[in-house]
Amino acid sequence: MLEPEAGLTTQPISTNGGPRIGVYVCHCGLNIAGKVDIEAVVEFASTLPDVAVARDYKFMCSDPGQELIEKDLREGLVNRVVVASCSPLMHEATFRRATAEGGQSPFYFQMASIREHVSWVTADGAEATEKAKALVAGAVRRVALHEYLEPRRADVRPDVMVVGGGIAGIHAALTMADAGKHVYLVEREPTIGGHMAKFDKTFPTLDCSACILTPKMSAVRSNPNITLWTYSDVVGVEGFTGDFTVRVRHRPRYVKADLCTGCLECIEKCIHKQGKFDDEWNEGLSKRKPIYIPFPQATPAVVVVDPETCIWFKTGKCPQTCIEACERDAFDFEQTETFDEVKVGAMVLATGFKTFDAAKMPEYGYGLYPNVYTSLEVERLLNAAGPTSGEVELRDGSKPKVVGIIHCVGSRDAKHHLWCSKVCCMYSLKLAHMVKERTGAEVYNFYIDMRTPGKGYEEFYDKILKEGVHMVRGRVAGVTDEAASPEEEDHLVIRAEDTLIGSVRRIPVDMVILAVGIEPQPDAQDVRRLFNISCGGEGFFTERHPKLAPVSTFTDGVFLAGACQGPKDIPDTVAQAGAAAAEVLAMVDRGFVMLEANTAHIEDEVCSGCKTCVGLCPFSAISFNEERKKAYVNEVVCKGCGVCVGACPSGAAQQHLFTDAEIFSEIEGVLAYV
Amino acid sequence: MSKPKVAFYWCASCGGCEEAVVDLNEVVLDVVEAVDIVFWPVAMDFKVSDVAALEDGELAAVFINGAIRTSEQAEIVELLRRKAGAVVAFGACAWLGGIPGLANLYSRESILDYVCGESPSTVDGGGARPVEEFDAPEGRMRLPHFDEDVRTLDQVIDVDYYLPGCAPPAGLIAQAVMALVEGRLPEKGSVLAPDVALCAECIRAATKPEDLKVERFYRPYEIVADAETCLLAQGLVCLGPSTRSGCGAVCIAANMPCTGCMGPTSRVIDHGAKALAAIASLIETRDPDEIAVLAEQIVDPVGTFYRYSLPASLLHRRVEPAPIRGGPAV
Amino acid sequence: MSEQAREDTFEPRIVAFFCNWCTYTAADLAGISRMQYAPNVRVIRLMCSGRVDPQFVLAAFRNGADGVLIGGCHPGDCHYQEGNYNALRRIELLKQTLVGFGIEEDRLRLEWISASEGDRVQKVCNEMTERIRALGPLRLTTPSRVEAGAPGPAHELVEQVTS
Repeated sequence: MLEPEAGLTTQPISTNGGPRIGVYVCHCGLNIAGKVDIEAVVEFASTLPDVAVARDYKFMCSDPGQELIEKDLREGLVNRVVVASCSPLMHEATFRRATAEGGQSPFYFQMASIREHVSWVTADGAEATEKAKALVAGAVRRVALHEYLEPRRADVRPDVMVVGGGIAGIHAALTMADAGKHVYLVEREPTIGGHMAKFDKTFPTLDCSACILTPKMSAVRSNPNITLWTYSDVVGVEGFTGDFTVRVRHRPRYVKADLCTGCLECIEKCIHKQGKFDDEWNEGLSKRKPIYIPFPQATPAVVVVDPETCIWFKTGKCPQTCIEACERDAFDFEQTETFDEVKVGAMVLATGFKTFDAAKMPEYGYGLYPNVYTSLEVERLLNAAGPTSGEVELRDGSKPKVVGIIHCVGSRDAKHHLWCSKVCCMYSLKLAHMVKERTGAEVYNFYIDMRTPGKGYEEFYDKILKEGVHMVRGRVAGVTDEAASPEEEDHLVIRAEDTLIGSVRRIPVDMVILAVGIEPQPDAQDVRRLFNISCGGEGFFTERHPKLAPVSTFTDGVFLAGACQGPKDIPDTVAQAGAAAAEVLAMVDRGFVMLEANTAHIEDEVCSGCKTCVGLCPFSAISFNEERKKAYVNEVVCKGCGVCVGACPSGAAQQHLFTDAEIFSEIEGVLAYV
Repeated sequence: MSKPKVAFYWCASCGGCEEAVVDLNEVVLDVVEAVDIVFWPVAMDFKVSDVAALEDGELAAVFINGAIRTSEQAEIVELLRRKAGAVVAFGACAWLGGIPGLANLYSRESILDYVCGESPSTVDGGGARPVEEFDAPEGRMRLPHFDEDVRTLDQVIDVDYYLPGCAPPAGLIAQAVMALVEGRLPEKGSVLAPDVALCAECIRAATKPEDLKVERFYRPYEIVADAETCLLAQGLVCLGPSTRSGCGAVCIAANMPCTGCMGPTSRVIDHGAKALAAIASLIETRDPDEIAVLAEQIVDPVGTFYRYSLPASLLHRRVEPAPIRGGPAV
Repeated sequence: MSEQAREDTFEPRIVAFFCNWCTYTAADLAGISRMQYAPNVRVIRLMCSGRVDPQFVLAAFRNGADGVLIGGCHPGDCHYQEGNYNALRRIELLKQTLVGFGIEEDRLRLEWISASEGDRVQKVCNEMTERIRALGPLRLTTPSRVEAGAPGPAHELVEQVTS
């Protein structure tokens, strides 16, 4: 056994009232005492440097056990505490509390696990006793160097924000507003409603989407606790847990929102007699005028002028019949972007998803053949307020007689996205039903697996099967318009292997519907940086824990709801939104957050400005001051991982409770005596 | 009042530290004005017996450079310690072991075998090896014992101050001598150089990005480095972030990366370990195989990270004896 | 004790740095499950494997450890997102450096052990103990203060002058 090098622990221990360590060895009934020689450990502990008192007790975590510690502290016998018992994951908090009760900072405490790590796993009693001694020595040597730390907390501001006004955002906002919180709901489109507002019917009940959604949209509008900001987006987030300052940009509609009644006369009277520009709401299937409202039940019911297409903005020469038509004198073509800065305690991100771009799979003919549609386009066709007033028609206006629906477009695909988008099987079955209902066509669904796990979903599948929809199990190889036989002339042909019968089939259809998958929004990376959270490899926002913490993130105070966290259907989205709202309410109602004690900090004088640490922090807790050429850790944001400390080449960065000196001391301790 | 007496001595060193004193140019005259040099083997003809004849503690300060490799060096520094008020470990070799310290990668036997036997410039001496005592016609001849290891000065005697650098920069030397003369030395055990790493004084620091990642490490001969950009950013293994400043970053000014001669800051106990941690944080890839490839681009990591500090490092020396390159294994 | 005797009765001493969220929890699980394993591994708890400073590994060797084990979360699962990748990079470079020091590769081991893998803690501790036992104790030279060699010419000279 080698003598530890003198001077390895760098901090001198002051002799003025220096450390007086109390070591308390727990029997834990027979759990420890049945294997470890408790007396020998206590005897050994009393010989260690700075140990003033060494005791044992049957159950240290019990009230009398804790009282032992508190009494010794109160009487000044000890000023630092080591408990050798179970795992710190079990009772560190308990004994820290006891230390605090005894009048000492709870961080002058260290635990040695001699149960989970010794008595429960070591066969031989003598060996177990030696190991226990080593771990106790490590804890004693370490605690001698612990510094004074106070538990810190930060206040949480009472207002909250929801980013994204789809069903997730709407539900979260209503829940929190009903609890009395002031909610800012920010939506980037001119209307809330998200994707759900575009659907016609929702599975498995075939409710009318608008019928269940619009009352909630209306409730948002009329709730006095909700400040609804549409056609707006978040451009800056500063601050940290419990105290965020959010900068929101409002884009100009060129209409005064408080005066517009949504009568739509201006749209009628626009000098464009017909729509001329792709209507984004209808997935480009129809045209709109430069002045428009996304759909009749848009909330708020305020028109928007698109400066990219409006003649007034492009040439300055227009009779502006719209202004004339407006009885409320609501137009204001001088409007500019405005900004608001608000302070909130917590935020829910409900920014939704986008559908996979089917043009990336040219083998399916999207964009090539006119009658290949995406599922979302067909939703618009089916919707009574859509471009064809609810009729399922081909581009030439005729009704299809045979329709093929291709599952897993862009999903479960090594070339595009590996994941399953969760909703497509169900919506494809729904579309099969509705297309059949509206047109009487033969419908073929081409699937890999039929995924119908939710409540009522399998029953729905069964119903569709009974309706005579044809199911072909096989990944579609391609869609072509080249006929290989007379029956295929003037049709699109879907080629797929029907794996259940083991042969390749060519099925002529009039219309192909591509069940495009769910993917993250295209600006997900920018958004996640704005809010200081992270994205997983696929690009969806990362939750704190996939099972046990699915709505929070690693940035305290930022929560997730809906498809932005991963593909999901409406029931799960609403459930998650409610969960996010609940966690926000828990945080805001408690009024404060406890900060990590084991944060990193950088010793200013020693920092050379080498910037090694700055980019290493996954939480962006380290910033670099260009003027002073020093790095700083924001201890409120810091989560205490210590990566920067391990990397710091000059030892300027240290971690509270895990300083270099404390760890060196623990290393020496576990090796020096046994 | 008489001037303070000082002494300079050299152990296992290259002579560069001696030249550094001379390098003070005009300032050396101020030094000579301010102090009485009573022992300086490289420059003056004083003898060890002169030192032995002094009172204990009579020397105000002794500046010792070089690492300890022979029994003679150990004895003389012991003597100087007795006669000195303050001992200053002068230069990287005395503080950390320096370049001679890299001999700790080889066993004593393999070194002697190579030098006396297998090296290309050795004429076959029939297996001759140095002997420590030899009877010559003139009398009994003695040679110092060649130690097993290279040691730092403070592994042999108590050291009061350390002046880092290979060689210490003229400015720091002058400051140290003047501080001594004026009685302004800091607390014992201090390193007489700024306790902050080189990036603080490097003029290229602003060009180092906050999230620097390196895709490939280069050895200095492999690229022509841009004269204005941070050398780490160009993939050169610059130890600036882990090495003390105070040298004016002259190597950087000569477009060469810092090799670490000024040693670590006071918060670090093993220079090479922290130097390597800093370099590792420049690697971006998460793939273990790719990481290994990048790490292998740093040829001779021990020599790179512990170039000046091997004897002072936590491991102190290589564990098994290693063959001299080109020589047989021992 | 003679070197030979020490080798015959050699019990390896291994210092382990386990990350709080995964490996330390797994070690607890091994305990709860009463999995028995060699007592030679002494665990030091850190919040993240990314905190492991190469100085810790070397200090462990210097203080008498014959082996060092580092346990962290599986890649992609780090509680702090990327800490374990930082450990991976640092330890890889440290390993290549240790080759230069003549320290056998198996003396430093980096393992990814998730919180549910108590059995892996048992397995790794047992395996590593046996491997280190086979390698023998790590014999580091102690650079502590040594007497100034055998009396030599300078010493005699000093004796002459001072007497």
